[in-house]
Amino acid sequence: MDDILSLAATNLISPIILSFVLGVVAALARSDLTIPEAVAKGMSIYLLFAIGFKGGAGVAAHGVDTTLVATILAGLVLSFALPFIAFYLLRVLTPLGVIERAAVAAHYGSISIVTFVAATSVVGGRGLNPEGYMVAVAAVMEAPAILSALWLVSRSNGNANVDAGLYREILFNGSIVLLVGSFLIGVATGEDGLEKIAPFIVAPFQGVLCLFLLDMGLVAGRGLRDSRSDLGAGAIVFGMLMPLIGSMIGLLAALAVGLSPGGAALLMTLAASASYIAVPAAMRVALPEARPSIYLTLSLGVTFPFNLTIGIPLYTALAGTFVGG
Amino acid sequence: MEMHEAKRVEIIIEAPLERRLTKALRDAGVTGYTVLPVLGGSGRSGQWSRDAEVSRASGMVAVVCLIRPERLDALLEAAFAVVERHIGVVSVSDAGVLRAERF
Repeated sequence: MDDILSLAATNLISPIILSFVLGVVAALARSDLTIPEAVAKGMSIYLLFAIGFKGGAGVAAHGVDTTLVATILAGLVLSFALPFIAFYLLRVLTPLGVIERAAVAAHYGSISIVTFVAATSVVGGRGLNPEGYMVAVAAVMEAPAILSALWLVSRSNGNANVDAGLYREILFNGSIVLLVGSFLIGVATGEDGLEKIAPFIVAPFQGVLCLFLLDMGLVAGRGLRDSRSDLGAGAIVFGMLMPLIGSMIGLLAALAVGLSPGGAALLMTLAASASYIAVPAAMRVALPEARPSIYLTLSLGVTFPFNLTIGIPLYTALAGTFVGG
Repeated sequence: MEMHEAKRVEIIIEAPLERRLTKALRDAGVTGYTVLPVLGGSGRSGQWSRDAEVSRASGMVAVVCLIRPERLDALLEAAFAVVERHIGVVSVSDAGVLRAERF
């Protein structure tokens, strides 16, 4: 317990968390502070490229082991299964209808790549070396939850607006293409490739992450300010309970496939996080009746800050305790 | 300067639908349109602003077409098939254009 509290305290006063808090405070205070859209987009491309490349280089350095396929399969199963838990938990905790529960559930089965990046930073700071292929696991966990949510709607006689173009957009959305592409470049070029571009993708990483989280704080704060009245108490409880349930299932999956403590912490984080980029776009097309003010505010305004401040240190400490080394 | 009668159709729609809408317009023979960014607004579905967006998911765009009046119904039918269930506004206004052969 002391370990968890100490890690949480260290995490809370880290530059990345304080940058996020600054963004939230600025937004709630109605400051005119903004990060230009193009700059935010550039930083997200940088972070995805850096994390993908470093993961690929890690795989090249340490080789492919038997847990790779098992972990990717575990990630797929988690992404397919978590929306069902979220869907039924929402039924217990909230008065939301089938379509909105399914839309929210899709977000919680998918992942937040920024939460993953922040967790990588915390796990690395603890001296744990997660498996490099966790980046690939993150990529495969983006889309399956959307299919589960659409199935939940169709089973309830709801009408989902699905066409072939939607599946292509889901599978080839920019984040997945960049993450998988940079991962493969990292695998192909290995440690030598990483060494050549390290001054660009390793040294400035934490600083860029701080600025990106400042922007995320601004966005989350504005979302909370404008849409918090749309969320009831039950939905807010869901936004904090569901990550804990997801992370515990992630821990069981990590134990089953034999991940290292660092890898287990990342799988727990992936299972605990909720999408706010890929899934909202798919839901606007497929389930237009679901309100973005519910699923985006829950995902970005409740679960993201929860994971960033409490979740990640908790998952890291639990992984260290239960997975051992 | 001679002006020619035209209709100006403005469709404000969610950004993820933009590609579907413009494809439907092209399929209906409407090959000329302009896509504009929308900064923010308020309506039946609440208030929103680009500043509070982390992606294009709940952003909006405006698609503007200037067409001959006799082509209006075909355009509206094509657009309606896409926008029917979604947040957005479709409006038509009278306009005058130079160089009628371009529309």
